[in-house]
Amino acid sequence: MDKMPKWADVFLVPFINLLLAFFVSGLVVLAVGENPFQAIWIMIKGSLGSTAGLGYTLYYATNYIFTGLAVAVAFHARLFNIGGEGQAAMGGVGVAVVLLAFNWQHWWLALPFAIIGAGSFGAFWAAIPAYLQAKRGSHIVITTIMFNFIAAAVLGYLLNGALKNPNNQNAETVPFGPGAHLPTAHEILAPLGIQFSKSAPLNISFLLALLCAFLVFVLLWRTRLGFAIRAFGQSETAARYAGINAVKITMITMLISGALAGMLSINVVMGEQGRLIKEFVEGAGFVGIAVALMGRSHPFGIVLAAILFGMLTQGGFELLWEMPDLSKEMVLVIQALIILFTGALDNMVRMPLEKLFLRLRKEQS
Amino acid sequence: MENSHSFVLLLVTLNQTINVSVVLIFAGLAGLFSERSGIFDIGLEGKMLISAFFAASVSYQTGNVWVGMLGGIAASMVFALIHGLTSITFRGNQLISGVAINFLASGLTVVLGNAWYRQGGQTPQLSGAARFHEITLPFADTLRGIPLLGPLYSDVISGHTPLVYVAFLMVPLSWWVLYRTRFGLRLRAVGENPASVDTAGISVIRLRFTAVLIAGVLCGMAGAYLSTSQGAAFGKEMTAGRGYIALAALIFAKWRPWYLLMATLLFGLLEAISNLFPNIDVFGIFTIPVQFTQALPYILTVVILAGFVGKAVPPRAGGEPYVKER
Repeated sequence: MDKMPKWADVFLVPFINLLLAFFVSGLVVLAVGENPFQAIWIMIKGSLGSTAGLGYTLYYATNYIFTGLAVAVAFHARLFNIGGEGQAAMGGVGVAVVLLAFNWQHWWLALPFAIIGAGSFGAFWAAIPAYLQAKRGSHIVITTIMFNFIAAAVLGYLLNGALKNPNNQNAETVPFGPGAHLPTAHEILAPLGIQFSKSAPLNISFLLALLCAFLVFVLLWRTRLGFAIRAFGQSETAARYAGINAVKITMITMLISGALAGMLSINVVMGEQGRLIKEFVEGAGFVGIAVALMGRSHPFGIVLAAILFGMLTQGGFELLWEMPDLSKEMVLVIQALIILFTGALDNMVRMPLEKLFLRLRKEQS
Repeated sequence: MENSHSFVLLLVTLNQTINVSVVLIFAGLAGLFSERSGIFDIGLEGKMLISAFFAASVSYQTGNVWVGMLGGIAASMVFALIHGLTSITFRGNQLISGVAINFLASGLTVVLGNAWYRQGGQTPQLSGAARFHEITLPFADTLRGIPLLGPLYSDVISGHTPLVYVAFLMVPLSWWVLYRTRFGLRLRAVGENPASVDTAGISVIRLRFTAVLIAGVLCGMAGAYLSTSQGAAFGKEMTAGRGYIALAALIFAKWRPWYLLMATLLFGLLEAISNLFPNIDVFGIFTIPVQFTQALPYILTVVILAGFVGKAVPPRAGGEPYVKER
């Protein structure tokens, strides 16, 4: 018998967690001497109030959908992939290599190959920690953290060496050329008569992210492999007994996870920057953890959580302009508190609620 | 002439190694206490960062660096308490709690720093009694004349700030506490098999909280060292991943105090080398890029974790919340 009704588990607990996180964030804003309600209003207005704001919000959300899905897929097999940061960085290398190798004529020709580049490089970077976990029992959290740093070093090395643009001083590649330019929201919506901001970086990758979310849903809940992944995550011994190969499942899950994290670079490197730069991931790999936790590792929840975090990121930049006493790092504080309350302190809300529902049920019967 | 030049370079490198190792020693020992009691701690970075900020601001406000250090330690202990609350009391995921703590420190230090000082997240420069200064050990100048050992004593061992010596004393102290006291035995036992400790009538919860708080104190010292000893102000993200290097050193040392000293000195040496000699030319044949030297601690740790060179076995109950059987 379940301790709680499903709606309480899926909506009520996360909602209370979120409220607590925002409440404590509000206290921080108060401590700094600003009005928390005004701060919320500025963030909502800044992230949704104009097509430019919305374009940035959904652009960031695209990143977070990819990294959130990456963390979630691994979570289902009870693997904690904290290496999204490094896998996304390597995905960027994959995109750059593909886009610089040929003189692409049209984006729809370039995109599938760029996806292969991003996915395979990201998957490769997850494969080594996965193999070490599956075969040698090395803790995947530690190895993926180490691989984040190694990826940063590799990226720095390549951008100062083999991939460096010889024409300037910066650690970056040469621009990809017009044939690799992904259509932006402005370019897609203009023929339909919708005026969307020209400056916003939102591009077709957003649709790709939604497609990925749908595919992850199908994979996890509609295929044999997805069943094996979830069974493995529920109980490794039971899964082994049922003939599920632990090494194989660990490898496949992490390859999918790494590939999803690598896809972030389609949005940032191909869609926005048009060249490979050094610190393009900007912590999105870590935000993915928060997104997966809030979205309860379900693709639908992840899309919603990613949009919320996109609003936070974009709204944070607006805070910088409107409230001089509040820095954009306030967003980090909010994100940290959301991770803390929804991820680590979940039981603080869950345990009393479970007791409450049990008592209600007893009284009824 | 050529010889004495390389000798001076060697002395400079060793001196730097000691300076940069101190943070890793403090943080590594913090991780040692926490993880030996069965609580994974990837929040070393965040605890150091929040301590570095509060140590610098309290030093600046009071003009006394020792009070500042206590402020840093207190801030780090508050974060340690959060970690204890989530992972011991509410049996949450210790890794996620650590991630949250690192995020919280990155954000909070800049938000508060900007609001208080308006210098882009920095604290004002510390001077005079508001920071630690180098101390010269006795006879440092008289002994300098002795060949080899003289300069080694007066230029490498002498002339550091007090916390450097505290850090090096912490290693034998931690060894003694962990391996020669009843508390240490219990702490190690609770990281391997909490149920047996519980059966013996000892509180698992209290032991683990003590360990986590000790980690808080040590991270507090690491942070205070960064902002009031090695530097003279707090700077945004000034820990720069050292908490993770300390974690790597801890694994590299297979969760043992003396090995930890060796590992932190090795990783410190690598950091010193990458600071002093960015690209190393090997006999004109090839160059070792600076990125390789920087990444080497992580690569070595992965190799150790993979068990190709010796096996690093973590405490058996690490990361598992303890549920008392009813």
